[in-house]
Amino acid sequence: MKKGILALSLISALIVTGCSSGSSAGKTAGEIKVGLSAPLTGDISQIGQSSKNAAELAVEEVTKAGGIKVGDKKLPVKLIVGDDENKPESAANVFQKLINQDKVLGIIGPPTSKCANAGAPIADGAQTVMISSWATNVNVTKGKSYVFRACFIDPFQGKVNAAFAANTLKAKKAAVLYDVASDYNKGLAEVFRDEFKKAGGEVVAFESYQTKDTDFKSQLTKIKAAGPDVVFLPNYYNEVALQLQQAKQLGLNAKFLGGDAWDSPDLFKLTGNDLLEGTYFSNHYATDADVPELQDFIKKYKTKYNNVPDATAALTYDAIRIFFQGVEKAGSTDKKAIRDAVAATKGFKGVTGSISYAGSGDPVKSAVMIQITGGKYKYAGTVNP
Amino acid sequence: MSYFIQQLLNALQLGSIYALIALGYTMVYGVLGLINFAHGDIFMAGAFFGFFIAVMLKLSLIPTLLLAMFLAAVLGIAIERVAYRPLRKAPRMSLIITALGVSLFLENFTRATLGGQQRSFPKLLNVQEFALGGATVTNLQILIIVVSLVLMLLLRYVVQKTMIGKAMRAVSDNKEVLALMGISLDTVVMATFGIGSALAATAGILVGMAYPVIDPYMGIAVGWKAFIAAVLGGIGLIDGALVGGLILGFVEIFAAALLPSTYRDGIAFAILIIVLLLKPTGLLGRPVVKKV
Repeated sequence: MKKGILALSLISALIVTGCSSGSSAGKTAGEIKVGLSAPLTGDISQIGQSSKNAAELAVEEVTKAGGIKVGDKKLPVKLIVGDDENKPESAANVFQKLINQDKVLGIIGPPTSKCANAGAPIADGAQTVMISSWATNVNVTKGKSYVFRACFIDPFQGKVNAAFAANTLKAKKAAVLYDVASDYNKGLAEVFRDEFKKAGGEVVAFESYQTKDTDFKSQLTKIKAAGPDVVFLPNYYNEVALQLQQAKQLGLNAKFLGGDAWDSPDLFKLTGNDLLEGTYFSNHYATDADVPELQDFIKKYKTKYNNVPDATAALTYDAIRIFFQGVEKAGSTDKKAIRDAVAATKGFKGVTGSISYAGSGDPVKSAVMIQITGGKYKYAGTVNP
Repeated sequence: MSYFIQQLLNALQLGSIYALIALGYTMVYGVLGLINFAHGDIFMAGAFFGFFIAVMLKLSLIPTLLLAMFLAAVLGIAIERVAYRPLRKAPRMSLIITALGVSLFLENFTRATLGGQQRSFPKLLNVQEFALGGATVTNLQILIIVVSLVLMLLLRYVVQKTMIGKAMRAVSDNKEVLALMGISLDTVVMATFGIGSALAATAGILVGMAYPVIDPYMGIAVGWKAFIAAVLGGIGLIDGALVGGLILGFVEIFAAALLPSTYRDGIAFAILIIVLLLKPTGLLGRPVVKKV
């Protein structure tokens, strides 16, 4: 054990000296170093690539503008990208390296909840601002004053769907079918039930199943008998495929709603376009929403990378720009001052909507509802918290 | 009333599938006294055979079904030849462990070669809904129930009336005297695995059509439930598989229909435990008489 500690301190000493002899590191460096932790390789490398693209785009824009104004001079920005491979242990290594070796002032990412949960305690312990783009798990920011995120948290989508069902679709009766063995599904379902009741509606059926079940006919028959206007399916796309098929076979006619777990190209492959026609789900952003910042971002991203940015790209772009704004407002490269400035973010005009922090690292922001029509996503409205 | 009929139809569909898979467990147990834990994975393999035949050879339902049944039978016989036959004289425990190993091998081999993602099972039948006294029934549902019943009756006929069936019953009765009667044990065992696996492939394709999202792990949960159905009805008995499968289907569907659906599996299995406590050999099983 002792040996291990000795070896570790030796290595870190080497790293520190190696670093300081190379370039002038630290606060007086005259540049703003920001880290990005993203899965550039591994099972979801596409997500990592989107994050990197969006962060580089944001840095490029700042560089074009001459850097970030800190106090009375403009400082250039340097982006350092670490590959977390979508593995918690790699994310921890990336965080250690970015904080101790590269001496970054803040870290953007990791996009996935499991990696964000691994990195967050390290960033918080080292008093370095972390802003995750896409990690929606409740625990990521809990009890950590230096950890923020650009996306909403899971249960919020239950509220969004309830508000949309009650106010926009004018539904009076709602039914829910959810996976009771999964936190994500359960969280959304319970919040939806409570919020829909608060909005004056009636929850006529609240049915559950277990992960890996494939037969939902008993529950769906019960739901059909209760005669709902809307059926909320806060489940993953592969199960939603079966649920929509079986609902049709039972002659259950209602409007179907879901959360961002629907958002996968496989949803169309497994379900078929005709069954998805007219269904809705909540998401972080819609590419066709009429928001000038968003359309501007999509245009720039398309020009540079030749494809449409996904939700992670949009959220990473927002996260890094929140950080830049924080540095500018802090007027210094002091990490505590940056943290306070980020925490005081109010009405930040992001491409995924207006973002404010109110006492925690979870933003108060809006979500969009998307309608599926003709095998494509169509913006159906914004729901504000 | 229409609600009750609808749930009855749901239960018949689910129960028929359980019964079809339970037959494979019950046949192998009846003949060899082995619980073939790999049976659920042969069911999965059957679904994948059907998937590839339908997608790549573009065959229609009946040829797809027959070819997949044949391939699954070959797979079942091969598994028996490679993994179980060398251990036929080994202690029962070794065989059970081997069966678990084969099960894990099939799952992981499929995942490694085909990937773990879900696939959409091709539409072999244009599903149509019909109104039935306020309830909705689909042609697919009818197909599942009819195919299961027909295969079960056919199997019953084979076991009762044909030579190979008689040989199977003879093996089940007394392995030692078998050779004296001029029956080859290997042939009987091969036939048992072949028929059981072909039935599993049928179930795989029917499940693929009814729940068209398939993956390498789809056989685990269904396999366990079918095994429980076999034990519930009385393992080793063909009628027992039918009774057990249907009862399990009914209990599951009606537990969710009448009570909060969170209790679905909990209540279903509580009932099974109670039945087995009262009748350890299963509903149709006769008490075991130990010969001294």
